[in-house]
Amino acid sequence: MTGKRRLFHAFGVVSITLASLATITTSSGASGSGTIAKGQPVLIGASLSLSGDFSGDGDAFQQGYKLWAADQNKKGGLLGHKVDLKIISDASSPTQVVTNYQALISTFHVNLTFGPFSSLLTLPAATAVNRYGYAMVEGAGGAPSIFNAGLHNVFDAALPVANGLVPFAKWLAALPASRRPKTIAYATSTDPFTEPQIPVAEKIIKAAGIKTVYYKTFPAEPSDYTTIADAVAATNAQVVILGSVDVPTVSAFMQAFEQAHYNPKAFIATAGPDQGKTFLSAVGSGNSNGVMVPNAWYGGSSNPESKTMVAEFIKKYGGTPSEVNADVAEAYAVGQVITAAVKATGGFNNAKIITYLHSGVTIQSVLGAVKFNSLGENNQPTAYTFQWQGSKFVEVNPATDPSATKILFPKPAWKN
Amino acid sequence: MNGTAVLHSIIDGVLTGSVYALMATGLTLIFGVMNIINVAQGIFVILGAYLSYALSVHLGIDLFVGLAITIPTLFVVGIVVERVFLSRIKGPERVVMSILVTYAISLVIEGVLNIVFSANYVELHAWYVNRSVRVFGIYLPYIYLLGFALAVVLLGALYIMLYRTRFGASVRASLSDQTSAALVGINVRRVSTVCFGLGVAVTAAGGMIYGATNAFNASSSYDLISRLLVIIVLGGMGSIGGALVAGIMMITIEDLVSVVWGPVWSNLAFFLILVAVLSLRPQGLFGKPSVRVA
Repeated sequence: MTGKRRLFHAFGVVSITLASLATITTSSGASGSGTIAKGQPVLIGASLSLSGDFSGDGDAFQQGYKLWAADQNKKGGLLGHKVDLKIISDASSPTQVVTNYQALISTFHVNLTFGPFSSLLTLPAATAVNRYGYAMVEGAGGAPSIFNAGLHNVFDAALPVANGLVPFAKWLAALPASRRPKTIAYATSTDPFTEPQIPVAEKIIKAAGIKTVYYKTFPAEPSDYTTIADAVAATNAQVVILGSVDVPTVSAFMQAFEQAHYNPKAFIATAGPDQGKTFLSAVGSGNSNGVMVPNAWYGGSSNPESKTMVAEFIKKYGGTPSEVNADVAEAYAVGQVITAAVKATGGFNNAKIITYLHSGVTIQSVLGAVKFNSLGENNQPTAYTFQWQGSKFVEVNPATDPSATKILFPKPAWKN
Repeated sequence: MNGTAVLHSIIDGVLTGSVYALMATGLTLIFGVMNIINVAQGIFVILGAYLSYALSVHLGIDLFVGLAITIPTLFVVGIVVERVFLSRIKGPERVVMSILVTYAISLVIEGVLNIVFSANYVELHAWYVNRSVRVFGIYLPYIYLLGFALAVVLLGALYIMLYRTRFGASVRASLSDQTSAALVGINVRRVSTVCFGLGVAVTAAGGMIYGATNAFNASSSYDLISRLLVIIVLGGMGSIGGALVAGIMMITIEDLVSVVWGPVWSNLAFFLILVAVLSLRPQGLFGKPSVRVA
């Protein structure tokens, strides 16, 4: 009984403390006037997944944010204020990310916020930040559920995910009948990033007469991928579209496919192969050959801003352009969007920044042009398909693009 | 769905489940003897995987040969952790405190691994990892067969140690009742230390197989520990046989449901069965009905 009573007391104290904190933070009007005293730094807060399922991506995002901050500080900061980043880890938890942004705004009094990693965390994060009147510019929350949430403060600098697989689907549909695959399998994890992409692609592919022989969703973290991958392999589908959010999922499917002596003619995963060195070290460089991924950016981009960033990244972390994680560029672009908004509005007032970003202005970034629609989607980027060809990560679609390399089709055999 | 697919899923479940059972055995052994819930077991598995990775990549040592180094290394790590941190936890709050202390240990090891290896995913590679043998029309991956064999050997060795040696008798006496064991002259403290070492040592083997079948980083430990805890709860806290049965049962049920109804139902179906079992047998499949006291 004594233990229980102590527990109730503890709960009581915690509840009262939280309620008091909530009152204080609500009444403080955290978005503030947007002015920073001369000589004081501008504090930008972000919650990133530095542990947990998305830690690989979170780490790359942190590199991108830090690279942008360092570059901006070399240029004299933002309106003369040095940029300080306050990054705290959310352990890939959609609940922790809310707590983190509340703390960033009400405890650490950040002036601006940058987004977390993944659509799964961006929606609750943007909702929380919206209550304080802050803008949330982000680079990894492109799921339709975010733009349909009625939030006015969220701006995604990256490619909206729903149409990511369209170039691949169109390429498949446009193949001459003699070369066009006859069957396709879809397996996707239950995630707001992956699930919306599949039906869009399937509609195009189905219309081209390619038969769907497998279409299943699987939990985000199954104990065993083997059975799911074996079921796909058993269909002997000529094409596989995998709805994945990370490297381990893609790696597990690839390993199971090879073990089952199954090699589809084309294999594309929604995320994972775009993570450069991380992907290669997981699957082995021999096995990456021919694997595809949709995205709007790659290390070999001819965009001058991107080239500069890639060179800086390699100077600092080593590697090759192909090994630069797309997350780095998405994070860097977030910083560039904020830079433009702060300069244009002449301060750090979040309300003005939100209005400015909704004004239809076009901002140049490492991802290319960024222009937000009324929902906060960037409607400028073109979706591309990228493919690993040997140790190089190249653009292959749309084939009409001048920088596109000829697609490796059918996919070469597994080599490990 | 056809008969072959169902059979294949059952085989997959047994092969993969045996490796989970191996990892969970250490956890349940530690709980049974010490009344400690070692939530650091997941990170010890990952530590084992990283040790195999380092030996393989930097010294070119085969994954299985490397176990001759990684198992004793983790045994020593376990002994040190038990002596330095866990042996100091005493009193009625021991179980709760053990969760906090082992969680802290887990965070420290995770941080160190992130610094040493970064958060980038890696996977263990060897010629047999991606190859398989065809048996009656079903491809059986070598790595899962080898993992199953390893689990059988290590669990067999553990069984012999527990039931055919003097030390095993001390362990079983401690598992049954620590006070009585101490009264008949068993050095329960020493038994506890060695058991913790053994419980951590088996994670070297489990970690190697896990790392060869999954891309991992230090944060992969969170997924692992939740599954391992579920296995020992289902099997019965402190029951080694229970961990074996529950490990295989968990993965087999999930794989079977995945094939019959679809992958999205696999976790749900397993947890429904878990709830049903615990409703009928709150102590788990092979757990003792009495409530343990420190």
